[in-house]
Amino acid sequence: MLQIKNLQASIEGKQILNGIDLQVNAGEVHAIMGPNGSGKSTLASVLAGREEYEVTGGEVEFLGKNLLELEPDQRAGEGIFLAFQYPVEIPGVSTVNFMKTAVNKIRAYRGQNALDAVAFLQLMKEKMKLVEIDQALLSRSLNEGFSGGEKKRNEIFQMAMLEPTLSILDETDSGLDIDALRIVANGVNKLRNKNNATIVVTHYQRLLDYIVPDFVHVLYKGRIVKSGGKELAKELEAKGYDWIKSQLADSVIS
Amino acid sequence: MAKDNQVLEEITSKEYEHGWTVNLEADEAPKGLNEDIVRFISAKKNEPEWLLEWRLKAFRHWQKMEEPKWPNVHYPAINYQDIIYYSAPKKKKELTDLNEVDPELIKTFEKLGISLTEQKRLTGVAVDAVIDSVSVATTFKDKLAELGIVFCSFSEAVKEHPELIKKYLGSVVPMNDNYFAALNSAVFSDGSFCYIPKGVRCPMELSTYFRINAANTGQFERTLIVADEGSYVSYLEGCTAPMRDENQLHAAVVELYAMKDAEIKYSTVQNWYPGDKEGKGGIYNFVTKRGLCFGDHSKISWTQVETGSAITWKYPSCVLKGDYSMGEFYSVAVTNNYQQADTGTKMIHIGKNTKSRIVSKGISAGKSQNSYRGQVHVMKRATNARNFSQCDSLLMGDQCGAHTFPYIDVENQTARIEHEATTSKIGEDQIFYCLQRGIDEEAAVALIVNGYAKEVLNQLPMEFAVEAQKLLALTLEGSVG
Repeated sequence: MLQIKNLQASIEGKQILNGIDLQVNAGEVHAIMGPNGSGKSTLASVLAGREEYEVTGGEVEFLGKNLLELEPDQRAGEGIFLAFQYPVEIPGVSTVNFMKTAVNKIRAYRGQNALDAVAFLQLMKEKMKLVEIDQALLSRSLNEGFSGGEKKRNEIFQMAMLEPTLSILDETDSGLDIDALRIVANGVNKLRNKNNATIVVTHYQRLLDYIVPDFVHVLYKGRIVKSGGKELAKELEAKGYDWIKSQLADSVIS
Repeated sequence: MAKDNQVLEEITSKEYEHGWTVNLEADEAPKGLNEDIVRFISAKKNEPEWLLEWRLKAFRHWQKMEEPKWPNVHYPAINYQDIIYYSAPKKKKELTDLNEVDPELIKTFEKLGISLTEQKRLTGVAVDAVIDSVSVATTFKDKLAELGIVFCSFSEAVKEHPELIKKYLGSVVPMNDNYFAALNSAVFSDGSFCYIPKGVRCPMELSTYFRINAANTGQFERTLIVADEGSYVSYLEGCTAPMRDENQLHAAVVELYAMKDAEIKYSTVQNWYPGDKEGKGGIYNFVTKRGLCFGDHSKISWTQVETGSAITWKYPSCVLKGDYSMGEFYSVAVTNNYQQADTGTKMIHIGKNTKSRIVSKGISAGKSQNSYRGQVHVMKRATNARNFSQCDSLLMGDQCGAHTFPYIDVENQTARIEHEATTSKIGEDQIFYCLQRGIDEEAAVALIVNGYAKEVLNQLPMEFAVEAQKLLALTLEGSVG
């Protein structure tokens, strides 16, 4: 589904990604872990098409298309969803209204008819149940005055509404207490199926107790330095990121 | 300036000396302004003597006045002797087909969601007999007449209801109120008059939409609305479709008069030609709008969406004379490219327990300048006066300006005044968030701006609000990125 080859990217002239290789297939969950500043969020932003980042090399193919040639809204239309680490507030625009616009824009991109009010409400009701979110929250201005947990739950609700092929969760666990974490993870798990895939970007192993990954990749200094199964996350948790750093240092010496 | 006035007086008196008269048969007055022109206008309209006298008095005031220099707007000096102050309403060339209309205009109409019939009406294409808006207008008029509501052009009102005009004309905005009001009082061409009798609740939004004959009221328009005791009226002025006009200077006067327990809701969408992208052309809009809450428990509410004009200078105000009377001002003013707006309100608290509420949302883009100027004045006997003001500015890009000039004068210690102000920028973060959800940039800006202006847009009548939303988006098209 997603094929990243030797991806390099910089921001304001500073090189952050130094050649990422990653393949994600339908039905898989990949976790990207790494210490602060390793480039995890940059990778998420580059895949979503954030303008501030300049791609300086490499290729990204998504469902047979050159992803790097597409505008961010086109990428969304193709089925890429980013759950933001810091969801943005839009005063005066309710989540309901925001989602109605988004759902119909994406449908238009795919050549589908716009949902009418009744069909949209029905879809919303169904997804609200799935991710355990309250209608009152969705009628309020998008993310304005939301708690950290409410913001993240709202992200997952949006993900449910847009039914993406590839979801990228950027530090979705940050700022969540254990109950909120469980609800968010439950939502993600319910949305998993054999046709979609998820990339979970996280600093901590904690989230991976709830969203169990098929693969774990460790990002360090803009490169994937180690990949493995879910047990790699546990090992990281136990030994810390210094373990990776020292391993790398050893390999350079030998 | 004194010298200028002297020169002006010399010129006008000189022309008078020579016994220069205007040909009454002409469709157009010659350029320039003097007493004869005022007489000509009045004669053309077959006005009674008292109205001519009123105009002349206004003209003499105007001659002694100076153009205000305090607004935060800049424009080349206007030569008032180079303007034609009267031309007979010209019949627009009737087109038979929308295909004859400028396709750019049609595109705009489509984006605004204006119906085909309405498109035809606005562009002067003949409308089929069945849905002829004139006949619709007649039906409305009959209904209003049944309730005793008077709603007609100003000229018609002068003829049909002279006692009302005589009583209320200039009662809220005196002829010598300010430079532009004095000018308007001297030369006003036409406008609207509305009277709602005691206890009548006007069952429909009154708008120029169906007062089709008076649509071409020209550059010096005058509106007078009188709501008698316990009555209610909602009045709509303007339309969302772009309005082009050959007259660059517009100086209108609007007077609202609310008696005991009466309520007037006045909504405006102003979309005059703002000039091109380089700031050439465009309308100068200098308007005096004021409402008088004369009776106890009366209420006047102004809602305005200002997107057009090269220069906007207007301060819809409320004089809260009656005890427990209430004034409201809701405004969205958008400026783009080289537009300049200096707009706001005045709330004058005279009566006891009077309340006012100001919600102003400025949006500046391009190289435009957007100023809010507001005054809250609590007079000595206005015990327990309350005011709440919220003035927000939204900036798009880094070449525009937003300014706030709040003036607060309080002469009574029991007053409670609250003022809140914010300035924000449409963030790249907000845009990117929308993009990531599949919403393209144009739609994203529309969404964000409409959210920002929601509190004001909510005050507009439903169908108007929908069009106004689209209009905001259209005005800001291409202003991000």
